[in-house]
Amino acid sequence: MLRTIAARVLLLVAMVWTAGTVNFIMPRLSDRDPIAERLTQIASQGGGSLAGIQDMVKSYQERFGLDRSLWTQYVDYLGSIARLDFGYSIANYPTRVADQIAYALPWTIGLLGTATIIAFVCGTLLGALAAWPRAPRFFRNVLPLFMVLSAIPFYLVGLVLVYFLAFRLNWFPSGGGSELTAIAGFSWAYAGDVLYHSLLPAFSIVIASIGFWALGMRGMMVSVQGEDYMMFADAKGLRPRRIFFAYGMRNAILPQVTALALSLGRIITGSVLVEMVFAYPGIGTLLFESIKLSDYFTIYGCVLVLVLATGLSMIVVDLLYPLLDPRAGITHA
Amino acid sequence: MRSLRLGYLGRSLPFLGGMAMLVALLLFTVAGRLAIDTSLADPLSVTPNQPPSWETPFGSDSQGRDLLAVLVLGTWLTVKVGLLAGAMGITLGTAAGLVAAYCGGAVDLALRWLIDVGLTIPPLLLLIIIASGLRGHLDSTGMALIIGMLSWFGPARQIRAQALVIRQSGYVLTARLSGRSGAKIIFLEMLPNLLPFLMAALVLACSAAILSSVGLEALGLGPMDEPTLGMTVYWMLYYTAFMRGLWWWITAPIVMLVILFVALYLISQGLDAFANPRLRQRSS
Amino acid sequence: MSAPAKTGGLVVENLTVAYPLATATVLGVDGVSFTVRPGERLGVVGESGSGKSTTALALLRLIRPPGRIAGGRVMLNGTDLRGLDEAGMRAARLRVVSYIPQGAMNSLNPVKTVAAQMRDAILDHGERVAPDAIARALEGVDLPAGTARLFPHQLSGGMKQRVCIAIGMLLRPQLIIADEPTSALDVVTQRQVMGTLGRLQTETGACLILIGHDMGLMVQFVDRLAVMYAGRLVELGGIEEVFAAPRHPYTRMLIDSVPTFENRGHFVGIPGTTPSLARLPPGCAFAPRCRFAMELCRQVVPPSREVAPGRSVACHLEDVPLAPPA
Repeated sequence: MLRTIAARVLLLVAMVWTAGTVNFIMPRLSDRDPIAERLTQIASQGGGSLAGIQDMVKSYQERFGLDRSLWTQYVDYLGSIARLDFGYSIANYPTRVADQIAYALPWTIGLLGTATIIAFVCGTLLGALAAWPRAPRFFRNVLPLFMVLSAIPFYLVGLVLVYFLAFRLNWFPSGGGSELTAIAGFSWAYAGDVLYHSLLPAFSIVIASIGFWALGMRGMMVSVQGEDYMMFADAKGLRPRRIFFAYGMRNAILPQVTALALSLGRIITGSVLVEMVFAYPGIGTLLFESIKLSDYFTIYGCVLVLVLATGLSMIVVDLLYPLLDPRAGITHA
Repeated sequence: MRSLRLGYLGRSLPFLGGMAMLVALLLFTVAGRLAIDTSLADPLSVTPNQPPSWETPFGSDSQGRDLLAVLVLGTWLTVKVGLLAGAMGITLGTAAGLVAAYCGGAVDLALRWLIDVGLTIPPLLLLIIIASGLRGHLDSTGMALIIGMLSWFGPARQIRAQALVIRQSGYVLTARLSGRSGAKIIFLEMLPNLLPFLMAALVLACSAAILSSVGLEALGLGPMDEPTLGMTVYWMLYYTAFMRGLWWWITAPIVMLVILFVALYLISQGLDAFANPRLRQRSS
Repeated sequence: MSAPAKTGGLVVENLTVAYPLATATVLGVDGVSFTVRPGERLGVVGESGSGKSTTALALLRLIRPPGRIAGGRVMLNGTDLRGLDEAGMRAARLRVVSYIPQGAMNSLNPVKTVAAQMRDAILDHGERVAPDAIARALEGVDLPAGTARLFPHQLSGGMKQRVCIAIGMLLRPQLIIADEPTSALDVVTQRQVMGTLGRLQTETGACLILIGHDMGLMVQFVDRLAVMYAGRLVELGGIEEVFAAPRHPYTRMLIDSVPTFENRGHFVGIPGTTPSLARLPPGCAFAPRCRFAMELCRQVVPPSREVAPGRSVACHLEDVPLAPPA
C-alpha cells in the first residue's frame, strides 16, 4: 500500500517536472522569445502601468536572463514551481498568478467535483441496472443513447445546452458563476444563485460522461453475476435489493474506482473547455482569457496547477481505494 | 477463422452505422471541394452574418466567410489532422511498445515510466504550453505533428501488453530458436498478429487526436488562418454568436463535429469487438 | 397421483428442469422422484453434467433463465415449495431450505466481514440479531468468535467452508442441501468439516441432501444413495444395499472406480464420456457405455421400477447383482 502511494507521489513529481520542463524549454527553442516580445509590445503601447511592466521585464530577465548559466536558470525555475510561485500576470499586473488561480480554483473544484460525482453515481447505477436481469428493460434501452453521447466532448454538449436552454428558452443563465449584482458571502440567496449558475455546465459534463461509467459498470456487473457469492446470496434468501447493492454493485464498483483515477486527466481537461463555453469563473475560463491576452505566466500557471490537480486527485482516489476493498491493503503491499 | 471475424464486422450494426456516417462526411468534403469555390472560406468573401439563403446555403459568419465553404474545407482539415496525428501516434507507439516488449530489462522499465508519466499528463495541457510558445507559427500540419508526438503513450502501452502475450506464444519462440534476428522476429512474426488490434487502436488514436486538436483550437491556440472545425467554434465564441442569435453559425461546426465523433466512436466499438475476443479471454 | 403427501420430510415427484436451446429443449433434470425423511441423509452422485447440482438448484427454485422448472412437485413437511410465490420462496430459502455451497471457492462476499454476511442473512429473514447469535453460530462450527471480524481473504479454505455451514444453519432449516461442500479441501479438513455438518444435522433433525461424486465419502456419511445419469435418476436405495448389490451397471462402475483396500492395484475407470444432454440416444442414456446393453436398451428408455421397498432402479436388466468385472 505504502509503495503504491510512494509510486504515485513519484509519478506526480515526474508529471509536474515534465510539464515544467516543457514550459522552460519552449520559449528557448527559437531565438524569438514570445514572452519578451509580448512584454515589449505592452511596454511600447504604454498601456497599463509602465513602471510595473518594466519591473516585470526586469524580474522576467532575472528569472530567465542569460546572465546565468542555463542550468542555474533551470534549477531556479524548478524551485519557483515547487513553491507554486508563477510570477505576475502580464495582463493584470500587479496581480500574482497564484492569486488569480486561488480565486478560480474553488469554482473549478466545486463544479467539476460535483458534476463528476453525480455522473459517476448515475452512470454506475445505470450500468448496473442495465446488466441486472430483474431490472426494468428501460435501463437497457437508454444505455446506447448515453454511450453515443459519451463520444461527444463535454463542451459541445454544453454549447447545444446553452443555445437551447439559456438563449432560446431562457430557463438558465447563459454564463458566469453568479449574478454580477450578487453579493458574495454565506447566504442562502447567494448559494442558490451559485447553484443555479452551475446547473447547466454541470449538466453538460454529467450527460456527456454517464455513458462512459455505465459501459464500464455494465461489463463488470455481468461478470460479477457469475461469481459464486452471488449464487450463495440468492440461496441465502437475501432481499433482492440487498443482493443488487451490497453483493453485486459493491463488488463491481471496485474497477470503476480504478477507472476513475485513470480518467481524471481526461475529465479535468474536458471541463476546462466547458468552463470556457459557460464563462464559468474557474481555471478553464482564466486559461481561455489568458490565451486571448497572451498572458503567458498565467497560462503556464494554470497548466501546472491542472497537472498538479490531476496527479493529486489520483493519489486521493488511491488512498480511498483500500476503504472500499479490504483486500487492497494486503495485495498491494 | 479470419474470414469469420470479418463477417462479424460486416454484421456489426455500430460499425456499419459509424462507417456510413464517416463515408457521408468524407463524401461531403471531397465532393464539396470539387463542386464549390473553397476560397469563399476566407474572411471577407461574402456579406457577413447572413442567415442561410440560396447564395450562402449555410449562412455566413461575422468575418464574411461562407460557412458551406468553411465546413467543406474545415471537415477536411480536421480529419486530416486526426489521421496524421493518429497514424503518427500509432507508428511511434507500436515501435516503442514492440521495443519495450522485445528488449525487456532496463529499456522496458525506462519506457514504461515514460509511458506512465505521458499517460497521466492530460495531452491537452502539454499542447497548450507548446502551442502558446509557438503562437502564430502553427498551421494545421504542424499541430498534427505535435499532437502525434504526444499521442503514442496509450498505443505503446497496449501494444507492449499485446506483444508480451504474443512473445510467450509458440511461433515467436520457434522463430527465435531457429535463429532469426530480433528485428525480423518483430516485423515478420509479431507485427502481423497485431494488425487487427492496430486497426482498432488507430481509430481510437484518430478520435483522441481530433479531440485534442479541436480543444486546442477552441481555446484559441489553433491555426488562425485555417478554417478548421475547431477554429470555427473559436470564432463563433469569440464573436459571441450566441448573444446575437446567429444560430446557423453555432449549428454548423457542432453538427459536423458530433457526426465525426459519433462515427469514430461507433467504428471503434465495432472494431473493438472484432479485434478483442481473443484478448479478452487472455486478460480475464 | 396420490393425495398430497402429508408425511414429514422431503417428497420430490417427477421433478423436471428444461433449458430451451435454439433447436430443441434440453432436460437438465428429467422426471426425478425421491424422498428424504427428517433426520435422514441422502447422497446424490453422478458425473459432472448428470443433473445433480441442477436438482439442488431446482429444489431452491434458483434455476437461472432461460432454464425453468418444467414440472413436478416438491413437498417439504407438508409445504408445497413450488406453490409459493416469489417472495414466499425467498423467505423460505435459508429458513426452510438451506444451501451450503463449496465454500472454499468464492462463495463469500469478498468485501464484507463474516459477521456482516451472517447479519445480512438474519436481518433479511425479518429477525433481530441477538447479541451473541454470531458468536454462537461460529462456535457451532468450531470457529473462534474472533472469526466474525475477518474478511473472506483472511480465512483458510476449511474456515471458509465452516463459515458457509454456519450461515446455512443460522435459522435451523428443515432441509439442508450441501453441494460438494468439501471437494476443494484436503482429506483431514474434509473429515472434520463433514463431522461438524453431520453433528449439526443430527442436532436439528433436518433432512440432508449431500451432492458429490466421492463414493468413499458417501459410504461414510449418507443413509441412502441416489445415482444420477444424464439428468435421470437411475438408482436409489439404502447406501449399504446399493454398495453391496448395485442394480444398475452405471452404479456398479461408480463403485468399482473407488479405490479400496481389496481392489488396490487395479483401478477401473468408466469407459466413454458423459453424453451431451442435447444429443441423448433414443433409449437408455447409458447404453452406449454399457457392456450389458441390449437392443431394447437402445430403443426404449427404461422406466424406474421399485425392486424392493425404498429401492428403485431404471434399467432393463432383470438380473440381480451384477458381478464385478473380472
